[in-house]
Amino acid sequence: MGQDAIQDATSEVACDVLVIGGGTAGPMAALKAKLRNPAARVILLEKANVKRSGAISMGMDGLNNAVIPGYATPEQYTKEITIANDGICDQAPVYKYAERCFEIIQELDRFGIRFQRDGNGDYDVKKVHHLGTYVLPMPNGDTVKKALYRQLRKAQVLISNRFMATRLLNAPDGAAAGAVAVNTRTAEFLVIRAKAVILCLGAAGRLGLPHSGYLWGTYENAANSGDGYAMAYHAGAGLANLECFQINPLIKDYNGPACAYVAGPFGAYTANSAGNRFIECDYWSGQMMQEFYNELQSGNGPVFLKLDHLHADTVSEIETILHKVERPSRGRFHENRGTDYRQRMVEMHISEVGFCSGHSASGVFVDEFARTTVPGLYSAGDMANVPHNYMLGAFTNGAVAGEHAIDRAGEIDLPEIDAEAVARERARVLAPTRREDGIPPNQIEYKTRRFVNDYLQPPKVTAKMEIGQRRFAEIREDLETRMVARDSHELMRALEASSILDCAEMAAHASLYRTESRWGLYHNRTDFPEKNDAEWFCHTILRKVDGRMVSEKRPVTPYIVPIEAEERGAYDRQRVRRQA
Amino acid sequence: MPLAHQPSTVPVTVDAEKCIADKGCTVCVDVCPLDVLRISDLTGKAHMKYDECWYCMPCETDCPTGAVTVQIPYLLR
Repeated sequence: MGQDAIQDATSEVACDVLVIGGGTAGPMAALKAKLRNPAARVILLEKANVKRSGAISMGMDGLNNAVIPGYATPEQYTKEITIANDGICDQAPVYKYAERCFEIIQELDRFGIRFQRDGNGDYDVKKVHHLGTYVLPMPNGDTVKKALYRQLRKAQVLISNRFMATRLLNAPDGAAAGAVAVNTRTAEFLVIRAKAVILCLGAAGRLGLPHSGYLWGTYENAANSGDGYAMAYHAGAGLANLECFQINPLIKDYNGPACAYVAGPFGAYTANSAGNRFIECDYWSGQMMQEFYNELQSGNGPVFLKLDHLHADTVSEIETILHKVERPSRGRFHENRGTDYRQRMVEMHISEVGFCSGHSASGVFVDEFARTTVPGLYSAGDMANVPHNYMLGAFTNGAVAGEHAIDRAGEIDLPEIDAEAVARERARVLAPTRREDGIPPNQIEYKTRRFVNDYLQPPKVTAKMEIGQRRFAEIREDLETRMVARDSHELMRALEASSILDCAEMAAHASLYRTESRWGLYHNRTDFPEKNDAEWFCHTILRKVDGRMVSEKRPVTPYIVPIEAEERGAYDRQRVRRQA
Repeated sequence: MPLAHQPSTVPVTVDAEKCIADKGCTVCVDVCPLDVLRISDLTGKAHMKYDECWYCMPCETDCPTGAVTVQIPYLLR
């Protein structure tokens, strides 16, 4: 049998809690579930390898949203995120995160992940946000995944690497009953029955096409192809505010963070070509991205990260962080071009569009227990719509999901699954391998993503998005009838292309539904340029109903932390005002 | 099958002298998030089989003999 050859085999396993996605939220969910009930079977399924998967594959430089007693309160944090997200925020999950995250920080500390302390031994928290102080550096942030992996082994969580989940299974009453997965190197089928399922599959990061044209040169880990969004959709779960795209300010071409959260506290800042500040605050928000976009389009563009005014020793300190964690190859990128932070500003650009709640607010709808709208189905991390959630949100809400899911599993019997649904899924998945001839997945994917750029990228225009929908429908026809996969690896890419196309269609549908502009650049509709609170101060929820995509309004749950009228616009005032 | 192959210069290279895949090591293949590395049937050494690279560096960082080098993909360089 040759490498990656397609093998015909199916096996079935059962567990109490199935966690899909072994990046950040997933390992914490699995760990917490197992620790709460050590007798339970907890499976952690991962498309890559848990040792090095997900957004924090190479670690992280710090916590962007640490709510630490003495520096910030859960009330302040909840208020800041509500304002940053233009008011469209169910506060209960945000508040719960803010209350719980300090305990998770201390737990990570016990796992061996150190956090920066000042001379007095207190956490050395930095201010990057518009209002509050939440950024905490991690001096050995490169060890995060290793530390997590040790805990998973110790707790005896069952880890299955190189299995890609393709669809969730629903019980007769609609509740989550497990998932179907396929091995990415053998195409062997695995049916996993479970009493509860937790989706932690990260952002939809392979949605727009980067300016480089390289499919894998994305901001997000390119493995995060939106499979979680697609699976949640097909299982009937509601997805919230998908029109609130993720768009980030990045190093041009390299497409990694610049990274103002690291360099900002040392005195670096985002500047225009004259070297002048044009935004008050480098914290990522849709309103900030709108000003960034405006500057790029103006005579003052392009935009840069400015460090060349800093002392050489300071720059060296920044470099040791930036070239070691998260995206360490950025040092190599600068070296190739002869860019030295000390002498030259670093050109920046805006990223391709994607879905991600970790940075914006587009995700599967969840409540404060990480429950989706499907019973027994949970979600945490970048794909669950707790806004501006970042890494610590993934850890904290992963913990919440794991604990709640294992409790549910203790109360119910293993749900029935539908053998016909499994057979149908098997036929769908293997269809590209049954063809002798056709269109390879990379071309299906490239075309989908190019049209995402052409027709969905903000500023959004109604007629363009409608053309985009027609193009996506044509690609779907090709995908379902002509796509060919010659080995197991290509089959994985074919399944990813299917997730990407699902996400593209959801992005168009959600963007057309909300007939106003909100969240700055994230949902800037040129033919509906104003914010319209009278009609659109609400979530939008996208779901699959009788096989069709539908969107509906869902009221924002009354605030538990009140926001005064004059505070609401704080994030709208991003542009540096002219000095008199 | 009427599929053409487009050449591309791959970002991940392996020093065959240093690579110990022929002695059973599979670290770089195991850790790659995009699963693009394989051990060659012909040479017994690791190589980049698919040009689908996020230039993220676990393969280089975790290689026990320093045989793997990650460069920025040419289109981005």
